[in-house]
Amino acid sequence: MILDMLMAPQEAAPAAGKAAEAAGDAAADTAPAADAVANTMGPLADAPWETMDAWSTLPQASTFASSTDSLYLFIVVLSVFFFALIMGIQGYFMWKYRRRSEDQKTSSITHNGKVEFLWSAIPAVLLVVIFVWGEVDFLKQTIPPTDAIQVRVTGRQWFWTVDYPDYPGVQLSSSVDENAVTLVVPKGRPVQLTMTSEDVLHDFYIPAFRVKRDVLPGRYTSLWFEATQVGEFNLYCAEYCGDQHSSMIGRVKVLEPANFEAYLANAGKLQQDEGESLAAFGQRIYGKRGCNACHSLDGSPKVGPTWKGLWGKSENTDKGAVTVDDNYIKESVLEPNAKIVSGYEGVKMPSYKGQLDDKQITALVEYIKTLK
Amino acid sequence: MADDTSTHDSDPDREPSYLVAQKGLKSWLFTVDHKRLGLMYLATTLLFFFIAGMAAIAFRTELLTPEGDYIQDALGFLGMLDPNKDPAIQSATTYNKLFTVHGAVMVFLVIIPSVPGALGNFLLPLMLGAKDVAFPRLNLLSYWIYSLGALFFIYTLFAGGLDTGWTFYTPYSSNFSGSAVISATFGAFILGFSSILTGLNFMVTIHKMRAPGMTWNRMPLFCWSIYATAVIQVLATPVLAITLLLLMLEKTLNVGIFDPAMGGDPVLFQHFFWFYSHPAVYIMILPGFGIVSELIAVHSRKHIFGYKAIALSSVAIAIISFVVWGHHMFVSGQSELAGIVFSFLTFAVAVPTAIKVFSWVATLYKGSIQFNTPMLYGLMFLFTFTIGGLTGVFLGTLSVDVHLHDTYFVVAHFHYVMMGGTIIAFIGGLHHWWAKMTGRNYSEAKGKWGALLVFVGFNMTFFNQFVLGQQGMPRRYYTYVPQFQQQHVLSTIGSYILGLGLIWTAFYLLQSLTRSHRPAHPLPDNTWGGASLEWSTQTPPIEHNFHGQPRVDSDPYNFPQIDRTGGVDHH
Repeated sequence: MILDMLMAPQEAAPAAGKAAEAAGDAAADTAPAADAVANTMGPLADAPWETMDAWSTLPQASTFASSTDSLYLFIVVLSVFFFALIMGIQGYFMWKYRRRSEDQKTSSITHNGKVEFLWSAIPAVLLVVIFVWGEVDFLKQTIPPTDAIQVRVTGRQWFWTVDYPDYPGVQLSSSVDENAVTLVVPKGRPVQLTMTSEDVLHDFYIPAFRVKRDVLPGRYTSLWFEATQVGEFNLYCAEYCGDQHSSMIGRVKVLEPANFEAYLANAGKLQQDEGESLAAFGQRIYGKRGCNACHSLDGSPKVGPTWKGLWGKSENTDKGAVTVDDNYIKESVLEPNAKIVSGYEGVKMPSYKGQLDDKQITALVEYIKTLK
Repeated sequence: MADDTSTHDSDPDREPSYLVAQKGLKSWLFTVDHKRLGLMYLATTLLFFFIAGMAAIAFRTELLTPEGDYIQDALGFLGMLDPNKDPAIQSATTYNKLFTVHGAVMVFLVIIPSVPGALGNFLLPLMLGAKDVAFPRLNLLSYWIYSLGALFFIYTLFAGGLDTGWTFYTPYSSNFSGSAVISATFGAFILGFSSILTGLNFMVTIHKMRAPGMTWNRMPLFCWSIYATAVIQVLATPVLAITLLLLMLEKTLNVGIFDPAMGGDPVLFQHFFWFYSHPAVYIMILPGFGIVSELIAVHSRKHIFGYKAIALSSVAIAIISFVVWGHHMFVSGQSELAGIVFSFLTFAVAVPTAIKVFSWVATLYKGSIQFNTPMLYGLMFLFTFTIGGLTGVFLGTLSVDVHLHDTYFVVAHFHYVMMGGTIIAFIGGLHHWWAKMTGRNYSEAKGKWGALLVFVGFNMTFFNQFVLGQQGMPRRYYTYVPQFQQQHVLSTIGSYILGLGLIWTAFYLLQSLTRSHRPAHPLPDNTWGGASLEWSTQTPPIEHNFHGQPRVDSDPYNFPQIDRTGGVDHH
């Protein structure tokens, strides 16, 4: 159901918004060689939602991936060896010493110090090796290079927003959108994410990069990686965060460094384009800022009330009846829980204070007005 | 559960068994007999095992397809779909409640009380040669506190369910979830008291009530494991109680403890929670170790290999288990140094665990192995628990855990330990002591079929979840990317086979209790030729367990010696 929504093209996407996206894609397309790599590098590239071989191996798309996988494989080999050894011995004993007669003689052996020492010491030594290897790799993941590209990640029920402090005005979001590229990074350059949550615990997980870190409200956590493959990869929330936890997924796009700047210059900027109406701009904000995660346009109830026919409607709230006008909408964006519409008392919408400016809120109001 | 001693008057030595020594409902509800309380725990935990298992079958069915469709269809069919709300969200919430019910009930109402409550209560005094536990009335209180806690869980189900996951992570649980968090946490809070009192009771019983001659080194390994468990129960459970109390305070009185919006710290909750819940993992698995030690030794007629190593490794595990909680939090935002220390300590637990597995396998050497149902479960345990233990190494390794944390790899790992370890051992123990407890024999042929179904179903359900996790499938997702569908279908089919095996097992065990399966003659005292004291008394035991004070002059695993001299001698 939710996946359908994810995959369904958004109805009537505004031409201007499309144009910005298209410009970004066009920039990426200027490097055909890179795309050829993307198409051969692994099943997740460019077609993450399509059915593919279930037994495929996950792409190794960051500098951490191959070292994590080497250690993983090392433990797999050791485990298979010891499992086969233990089960082999057990199976052999089960066959050799199966009861053939009631008075079958058994050995009166009770213990053997030498054997017991060996089977304590050998695993202990191997475990120390595994521990040190894992610890060294882990420490590498905790110390970001000083020249890393800085990215801010915010988790909310149930989408991600990503800001680039060095690229003013650029914000990407995993809100339900057919082109929801949540994070764009260049290949071969370290990227540091500084993450926080607006509400509950989330966890930022990119399997292809082998990185994962909890995203907490009220404090910052950090994560860094260096992508090694051009392509698109899945991003998941890996810490249970409520109703639509399963929908809190997005896509990470890795571009050649040359295309990265061009992409950011064109994509994700949330400004009214020249010739774009306020309502069309509002529609773009609806898709980009995650409004669509909770508010439908077709009259069906989602997490929050639908926007269809909302303008001018009289709503019952926990503070009495309210007519939906400019001020009520603005208040609901900035102080969402000031007046909660009946039937949605259990829902906590996060505040967009500081996230949307007055111009953007005005555009949203104009957009809502068009939704008769 | 009617006994038939009246038909065996020819035997002048037979006293009425504990099952019929007193009659009437009241004699059960207010019994202070540890054996009757054991049966009552058994019935209650199995009931909840069924409920939580059905929840699992329901959400495994949902996972047959990548979309969230089946729950929605089921809700629609049952008329439970609210037309004013998004059906997709309603079915997502229902899925979240199903996995929460499964986890919370399995942990708090089934696995924690199952072995200590049912088998521990029944067997501990019998194995020690005691008349009862040290505090029989306290034991009765434990049971009723357990039932009260269970009632709060049942109330939670009817009050709309719980959707926080069994871990109650804040601030979702304290400030965001609209579900019945208070009643569930209060239920778990109450259950804690039952756990503490049972632990206390068992500790004192083991210290003070061993039969003359039963030195610590002659105590059956099951008692050792119950002892280690009891120590953890008494020391760790109060921390859970306080944590849940703080959570309730935050939720009801808005005292900011864990929610950063009120100045609290959500990671603090995780520290508190895992400080209990990691040791609780060993509350759950140690009794399973104890059962397996008995099964392997008795059914291979061998002295358990490395008695001291097994006994002391239980204690070592119990102690180390208190200082490894941070391995649940490698990616939580705790400091890197903490991560490294906890990783190292986690590896330290692996060694005594490995020692146990090796010792059990070595016990089979030059034995006389009998493949009856309890032994099949014992051998199955070695298979599944070894996988559970080895995959724990992956998760204890820092860099590898970063990738595998909160994926299906973790789900598979803890099911191999909790289900493949504790539950498999529990079912094996149930068969091993079934005749002793009920005076009835189950059908061995049916038992073996059940064991086969459980083995196939269990491994089919969970083994490929290791692969799913490594491929990056996160936990607690009710919709997923289509690439994972084949493996989810495999898991779901496996869960049906497992469910069938368990229902089959319940069926033939219950069948053995029916009137038509009453044995013509009382069953022998010693079903398997065991050497521990529970086999020296009548089957089922008399109300006060033994006719006289049993004495012990050798250890309970001296089978080669016993078999040479012919028969068990307890005097």
